[in-house]
Amino acid sequence: MNAHDKSISGNATKLNLAASAAYTARLIDEVETLPPAAAITLGRRGFLKLGAGAGAGLVLAFALPTGKADAAESNPRLINAFVRITPENTVIVYSKGPEIGQGIKTAFGLIIAEELDADWKTVQVEQAQVNSKLYGYQGAGGSTSIPRAWDQLRQAGAGAKAMLVAAAAKAWNVPAGEIVAQDSRLTHKASGKSATYGEFASAAAKMDVPDPKSLKLKATREYRLLGKRYTGVDNHKLVTGQPLFGIDVHMPGMVYASYTKSPRVGGKVESFNEAEIRKMPGVIDVFALEGTGKPVEVMPGVAIVANNTWNAFKAKAALKVKWDESEASRDSISALDAKAKDLAKNFPATIDPKTGAEIGNVDAAFAKAPHVVEAYYDYAFVSHSPLEPMNTTAHWHDGIVEIWSPTQQSNRGQAAVAEMVGLPEDNVVVHQTRCGGGFGRRLMNDYMMEAAAIAQRVKAPVKLQWKREDDFAHDFLRPGGYHQLKGAVDSGGKLDAWQEHFITFTADGKSEVSGGNYSANLPHTTLAPNIRRATSMIPLVTPTGPWRGPKDNAQVFVNQSFMHELALAANRDFVEFLIDVVDRDIPELRVPAGPNINFNRDRAKGVIKLCAEKAGWGRKLPKGRGLGLAWAFSYGGHIAEAVELSVDDKKHITVHKITVVADVGPVVNMSSAENQAQGGAIDGLSTAMGLDVLMEDGLINPSNFNNYPVLRIRSAPPLVEAHFIQSDFRPTGLGEPAVPPLAGALGNAIFDASGVRVRTMPLKKLGYTI
Amino acid sequence: MIRLQVNGEERVIGDDVTPDTPLLWVLRDSLGLVGAKYGCGIGSCGACTVHVDGKAVRSCTLPVSQVAGKPVTTIEGLAKGDELHPLQAAWVKNDVPQCGYCQAGQIMNAAAMLKDKPKPSDADIRGAMTGNICRCGCYTRIHTAIQDATA
Repeated sequence: MNAHDKSISGNATKLNLAASAAYTARLIDEVETLPPAAAITLGRRGFLKLGAGAGAGLVLAFALPTGKADAAESNPRLINAFVRITPENTVIVYSKGPEIGQGIKTAFGLIIAEELDADWKTVQVEQAQVNSKLYGYQGAGGSTSIPRAWDQLRQAGAGAKAMLVAAAAKAWNVPAGEIVAQDSRLTHKASGKSATYGEFASAAAKMDVPDPKSLKLKATREYRLLGKRYTGVDNHKLVTGQPLFGIDVHMPGMVYASYTKSPRVGGKVESFNEAEIRKMPGVIDVFALEGTGKPVEVMPGVAIVANNTWNAFKAKAALKVKWDESEASRDSISALDAKAKDLAKNFPATIDPKTGAEIGNVDAAFAKAPHVVEAYYDYAFVSHSPLEPMNTTAHWHDGIVEIWSPTQQSNRGQAAVAEMVGLPEDNVVVHQTRCGGGFGRRLMNDYMMEAAAIAQRVKAPVKLQWKREDDFAHDFLRPGGYHQLKGAVDSGGKLDAWQEHFITFTADGKSEVSGGNYSANLPHTTLAPNIRRATSMIPLVTPTGPWRGPKDNAQVFVNQSFMHELALAANRDFVEFLIDVVDRDIPELRVPAGPNINFNRDRAKGVIKLCAEKAGWGRKLPKGRGLGLAWAFSYGGHIAEAVELSVDDKKHITVHKITVVADVGPVVNMSSAENQAQGGAIDGLSTAMGLDVLMEDGLINPSNFNNYPVLRIRSAPPLVEAHFIQSDFRPTGLGEPAVPPLAGALGNAIFDASGVRVRTMPLKKLGYTI
Repeated sequence: MIRLQVNGEERVIGDDVTPDTPLLWVLRDSLGLVGAKYGCGIGSCGACTVHVDGKAVRSCTLPVSQVAGKPVTTIEGLAKGDELHPLQAAWVKNDVPQCGYCQAGQIMNAAAMLKDKPKPSDADIRGAMTGNICRCGCYTRIHTAIQDATA
C-alpha cells in the first residue's frame, strides 16, 4: 500500500538537506552579528496605548518603528502589551521572550519594574502572545534576550511612570517634577498628597505618550531592584506541579499523536503496516506525510493519532515502515574521524579568505622561535537533549491554525507554518509555552510544523509528542570537529605565531555546517602577530545546529588547552601568559569600534585576574590535585573559569570546586545569574566528560539517557562559586558564556594534577570517569 | 475499569485506558495531573517520580494495573492545602529551578528520601538524588535546598 499524503504540498518529494543546513547556519550568524544599540532604540511615537477601556488601567505597548501599530491596535486578539497597571494597583508585565530556563521572565519583569519604580510584590509577569509586529523579535538564542530588549523594557517602564506622574500632576495641580514615584506610589511632599499607581492608572491612560527619547533612564547607581536576588516568578507553580510547559497543554476533545521518521535521516516512506496499526487500542487514525523535505521543517514520516499518549506510543512501537533510503544518511563516525586525521597531515596549500585568514609571516616566526608546539585536538558530536521532549499542540478551527509550542523561535515558527500550509501569518496563532530546557534545540521548529501538518488532517486539537528516542534520533547536533595546531612563543615568552587547520563538515559542499565554522570570538582574542587559519570540509548528511554557545562550546577548549601547552613550553605562568595575549594590540585583529558588547581587553584581564585570585592560583597543591583555568569572550560576556580537581591512578576525576568569574555588565537578578553560571559550568563539565553522539551507517547512537550519561548529582562538584564584575557596560546574557571555558579549565587542571594532556572530548574516550 | 487512590481521592479510570498504560500517562492524560513529567520513558531520568505507598517510584514504567488500590501521591498532593511541603518552600526560597522541568520529580524523590532519613548526610543526598537528571545543572542548589528543608 502507498498511503502518501498530499496535504503538505510544494516540492514535497524533493529532499533538501542542504537548504535545511543553511537555515540552521543562519540562526547562529544572526546572533553573532547582533546589532548594537541602534536596532533596539525606539523611534518617535514608538509607544502606543492599547485597550485602555474602562477598568483596563494604563496599558503601554511598544511598536517597532517599522511596525504597523494601528493594525495591531484594531486587532482584538492582540490585547497583550509590555506593561499594564490596573486600577487595583497590580502591575502586569508581559514578557515577550520564550522562557527556556534562562530566567528571562523574571528578568524582563524586573527591568520594567526598575524604571517604573514599581513595588516588586505587586508585579505579575505573564507570557506575551506571539506578534512580531508588536514585539519585534521574540526568540531566545545566543544570549541576546537581555541585550536586545534592555532599552525597550526600560523605556516602557519609564514611559509608564512618566504618564502616571503626568496624571497625578494634572489632578493635584502641581509640577510633575515635584512628584516622587517609588514602590508603586506617587507622592507630592509639599502638598502632602499621595496615591498608589492603581489610583492613577486610568487617568494616566489619557495622558500623552512620551517620546522615548525624552525619558531619562536611571544610572546603575540609582537601581533599587536590579542586582539583588529574586526567586523566579514561576517557581511556586513549578514546585506545585501546575501546567506551564508545552507538554502540559490540555484542550477539551484533544487527541494525541506520535510521528515516526526514518532512523536514517532522509529516508522516505514507501509503505507501512496500516491495517495492523488501525486495529491497535485507541488508534484513531494513521497516515503518512511526505513533508517538505527539510529536516528543519517536516520530513517524511508516519503519524499515528490516538486517544492518549500511551496508545500513540504503543502503536508507534508496532509500526513497521519500509523506508526508501536511496538518499538517506550513511554517515559513519569512524570514517569521518579517519578522513579528518588524514586531512590534518597537510596544511591546505591555499587559504580561502571566507573560511581562513593569514596575517604576518607564520613560517618566518616558526623558523626563529625558541618554542614551537604542534598538537591535534578533536571533539565529538553532541546532542541538545533538553529534558522536555519535543511536542506541540495544534488545532485547526475557524480558518486559523492555533498552536501551543515550547519554542525558542516563535516568530519564525509562525512564519514557517504559514508558508507551509498557505495561510496568512495572522491566521497562524502561536502561543509560546514555558520550555523544559532549550540549549539551542528549540531554535528549530520542526516539531511545531509537524504538529500543524498532522492537525490539518484531524478535526480536533492534537498534541504531538515525541518520544525521547525521537529526540536523540532527530536532533540538530553540535558538530564534532578536528584542529591541527602549530604555535610558537618568542624569546620574550610571548605568543608569536598561531597556525590552525580546522577540519569540519559541509552539507552543501560549499560552506561549513551550522556550528562548524570558526568562532567569531576567538580570532579577536587569540592575539598573535603571525596567524594562519585554514579550513577543510568533509561532506556530512546528519543535521547540525546551534548548541549552547555555538562554536565556542568546543573551540574554546581547543584554544585554551593549546594556549596552556604553549605557555608551559615557554616555562611561563599561564595566567601571566594569558594576560599578555589579551593585552596585545594586533592592528589586523582589532574589533570594530563602537558597540560595547565587543571584546574589551580590560574586561578580559579583569575576569582572568579575579578568577585566578578567587581560585587560589599559585597555591601549592597536594599530589594528584590540580588547578586549571581558561577564559573566553563569548556571546557578549567576558568570563573566566577555574577547575580544581583530583585525578587518581585509574583516571577517576573528582572535581572539588569550580570558580566562575563573569563580566556581563550590570546583573539584573543575582540569584538567576549565579544559577546560569553554575548551570553553564555543569553543562560544560557534563559534556566534556561523557557526552558524544555516534553515527554508524547513518544510524544515531545514543537512544536515551541510559546511554547518554548526562552528569548526575553524585559527580557534580559540591561547590560552584560565581563572581560578577559589574561593569557599566550594557548588560549581556548569561545563557551561553559559562559553558565554553569549562572544558579548557578541566583539561588544564588534569595536566596540572597528572602531567597528562587531554586533547579529545569527551574524556571518557581517553578512559576518564567522574 | 481501574480504581486509583490519588492524593487522597478515589479516581476511576475508564476502559479507554489499557491496564498496561504507565501510571504517568494516566495521571497526565486522564486525570489532568501534569506535575509528573515525561523525560525518558525508561525510568532513567526521574522526571516522572511520584509516591506509591509512600515510596518514590518512576511512574513512566509502572503499569497502572499494579497501582490499583494503593495510595498515590503526586507533586500536586505534596503540600497540605496552601502550606507548602518544607522541600517545596526551600525550593522557592533558594530559587532552585532553571527550566524547572525536572523539579517536581526531584522534590518527590527528595521527599521520599526524607521519610527514611530526616537528617540526610551529604553522601545520602548525593546517593538518593543521583537517579534524577537536572539537564540545566542545578545540582548545587538542589543539594542546598534539601539541606535547608531539613535544617
